[in-house]
Amino acid sequence: MAEPILEMRGIKKSFHGVRALSNVNLSVQPGEIHAIVGENGAGKSTLMKVLSGVYPDGDFEGQIKFSGQDCHFKGIADSEHKGIIIIHQELALVPLLSIAENIFLGNEQATGGIINWTTSFVKTQALLKKVGLKESPNALITNLGVGKQQLIEIAKALSKEVKLLILDEPTASLNETDSDALMELLLELKRQGITCILISHKLNEISKVADSITVLRDGATVASLDCTSGKISEDTVIRHMVGREMADRYPKRRPDIGGKVFEVKNWKVHHEVHPERVVIKGVDLHVKRGEIVGIAGLMGAGRTELAMSIFGKTYGRDISGEVFLHGKKVDTSTVQKAINNRIAYVTEDRKGYGLVLDETIAWNTTLANLNAVSTNAVIDEGREFNVAEDYRRKLNIRSPDVFARTVNLSGGNQQKVVLAKWLFSDPEVLILDEPTRGIDVGAKYEIYTIIAQLAAEGKCVLMISSEMPELLGMCDRICVLNEGKFVAEFTAAEATQEKIMRSIVTSGVN
Amino acid sequence: MVTQTVETDAKEAAGGGSFLKNNLREYGLLLSLVVIMVFFQIETDGTLFQPLNLTNLILQNSYIIVMALGMLLVIVSGHIDLSVGSVSGFVGAVAAVLMVNHGVHFVVATILCLILGGVIGAAQGYWVAFYKIPSFIVTLAGMLVFKGLALAVLEGSSVGPFPDTFQLLSTGFIPDPFHGETLRVTSLVAGILMALVLLVSKVRGRAERVKHGMESEPAILFMVKNLVFASMIAAFSYMLASYKGLPNVLIVMLLLMLIYDFVTSRTTLGRRIYALGGNEKAARLSGIKTERLTFYTFINMGMLSALAGLIFAARLNTATPKAGLGFELDVIAACFIGGASASGGVGKVLGAVIGAFIMGVMNNGMSIMGIGIDYQQVIKGLVLLAAVCVDVYNKKK
Repeated sequence: MAEPILEMRGIKKSFHGVRALSNVNLSVQPGEIHAIVGENGAGKSTLMKVLSGVYPDGDFEGQIKFSGQDCHFKGIADSEHKGIIIIHQELALVPLLSIAENIFLGNEQATGGIINWTTSFVKTQALLKKVGLKESPNALITNLGVGKQQLIEIAKALSKEVKLLILDEPTASLNETDSDALMELLLELKRQGITCILISHKLNEISKVADSITVLRDGATVASLDCTSGKISEDTVIRHMVGREMADRYPKRRPDIGGKVFEVKNWKVHHEVHPERVVIKGVDLHVKRGEIVGIAGLMGAGRTELAMSIFGKTYGRDISGEVFLHGKKVDTSTVQKAINNRIAYVTEDRKGYGLVLDETIAWNTTLANLNAVSTNAVIDEGREFNVAEDYRRKLNIRSPDVFARTVNLSGGNQQKVVLAKWLFSDPEVLILDEPTRGIDVGAKYEIYTIIAQLAAEGKCVLMISSEMPELLGMCDRICVLNEGKFVAEFTAAEATQEKIMRSIVTSGVN
Repeated sequence: MVTQTVETDAKEAAGGGSFLKNNLREYGLLLSLVVIMVFFQIETDGTLFQPLNLTNLILQNSYIIVMALGMLLVIVSGHIDLSVGSVSGFVGAVAAVLMVNHGVHFVVATILCLILGGVIGAAQGYWVAFYKIPSFIVTLAGMLVFKGLALAVLEGSSVGPFPDTFQLLSTGFIPDPFHGETLRVTSLVAGILMALVLLVSKVRGRAERVKHGMESEPAILFMVKNLVFASMIAAFSYMLASYKGLPNVLIVMLLLMLIYDFVTSRTTLGRRIYALGGNEKAARLSGIKTERLTFYTFINMGMLSALAGLIFAARLNTATPKAGLGFELDVIAACFIGGASASGGVGKVLGAVIGAFIMGVMNNGMSIMGIGIDYQQVIKGLVLLAAVCVDVYNKKK
């Protein structure tokens, strides 16, 4: 075997004491397509940020060797200088500039600060030809589809003498034809001697193009597979991706499930910005009394979109479908109406959508149900204090009093405040979107206990999560959402991580 | 026993220190107003606090303060209104045309003008709230439109004088049945009563909070702050009483201040405006009708601009095409000096009022000292910048 072009050894990285990467080794051969796979949160993106210098040298532990040299990148400029170019999932193009302007952004074809448009144009034309685009270099980015924009990003990378190209989920928002074209392009680049790292969830794509696969799980390398000697089965990859021990990390529940309470029928949602895209494609869903129903799926599957469109149409447009409570059709077209129908939605983004961070715990706790602590629109601060104090004790929110500003709380405690806010609105149906995202294990257990308690009280809980063990540990039933449709449903007894993962990765093929 | 009391005392003192540190902004603002007043009192050889000048100070700043109350809500909700000066000028012009040219009774004209202000606010707020057009642009357009309309309504010339009864809004003083020659007894009594009511309501509010264990302000600070405040009110009303008594417009202003302070700090409406400015997405997801709320704040701003326009017109006793010119700058500056945040969600009514007084006292003091209008503007600009810098610095710490 030749000397690897890239060698990463013992990479460790923490955020505020939380381990994101605990021990990653990665070795990439020159001229190969190397796939990195792993669940959401396995550390793929963090690893690529370490490699590209987003986290500067010294911010992490471990060793990076590129083309035989030790690398200490202080920023993206350093890694780009070496020929390592990363294309992020969110494209970094300026929509209202032309293709040529975007390709040479920060690297303008200029002498003495004066741009030579002819050179830019000609060079761009050559680059576009390489990636198989026939657009004029003067076309605006905003007029191109996502697939073509992805190709522009690659052309931009090629303009910088790329040696190692990193693609982070390049096909996540592409349709099949565009994805195929992109895979073809990767194979073509490989023939030209460019090494490529491909991060993807789609195993069918990976088996098509990858020469080797590194599997990450919980921030560590768990397997390095070589595909050149023989085909690696998807089963093997999936097993490596999810194969972790299930410890006793969830509270014991004794489900007492009643009749159907909450039901959604033929729910259809169009994309907020691109109305021609259908995000949720006519789904049906129901939750029974005292039941916890999980929604599994990858990022971009449409889980949050589904939840928010049901909750007061806060996402999407041209929404159609019906919501029933106890068999009666209800109107949830505004947040106020949804709350009045005793539906609550706990957001996945507590800082962006959940809390008014500058304000206190008490203030945030009562925000969704101010009328309950006021008389004739005048807030009774005493009552507000009692309510907030009550929830602070019940949910074990750690802070000296309820007058602490929420910005100063830890993630877990912030999450509890958001939960308190929605519990105080007295809901019958609770939609929890990633209720434990980014909080530590201890706080997670507390949140799980609260959720179990709610179900025991007879509430309907709909729980969206990217962490499969959490769904398996908590839910009575798990529905798998992929590309806007439910592709599988499992009871608690029959569900396994392998089955869920398989239903996701195989649904794209059919 | 003895050691125990010492311990709690020490603890309380430490608590007071940290409380003062955390609420530096609030006390700092009041303190700066006092320092500025004392400074000008000395520099102007005592002219600043002469009853005549004090009365003038209030009359000069009343319309700024009235608009600052509305502007505070607009800024807290995360927007800005640049049109308030033009709108107040335009409404003043309409009032003059109605009363002087068409002989409409002043009460009818006042009501019509306030409604007009509300309609203007609605017309601007509509675009901001429902079409998400940046308020900066909408109200910049409004600024031009209403400046032009004021010119058009007045046909380029001044219209006046107003009926005597209307002028009383700005130039009148509360009646004094005792006919005190050197001291207006009613005014003095009213002032002292006001101070007492304030004191009693503050003490009761505190008792309520203490009962629930919600109070964090140390007793000593609370007492000092409110006693200073109450005695300041009493002293000012004594000084005013020794001239012509309390101006009518002061009563209007104080009433509005109390109402707006109450609405912002105690009602669900006020709470929702802060939520809207603090995190619009979270507010919307909590069932707050953010668009309608934004719309209302602009209607409110329009009405207060109209009222300010009337006060200003009554004070000059004539409506001129130049009325209202540049008011928006003083009003916005008052809010920011008073601690409002340009990104929304933060700011207090009393802060804006104190901010307006800081600007007002500086205007007045510098004029008495004979500083030219040129450097007055330079100094005011620097004070605004400094105040906001201190704010940002405090936040970063």
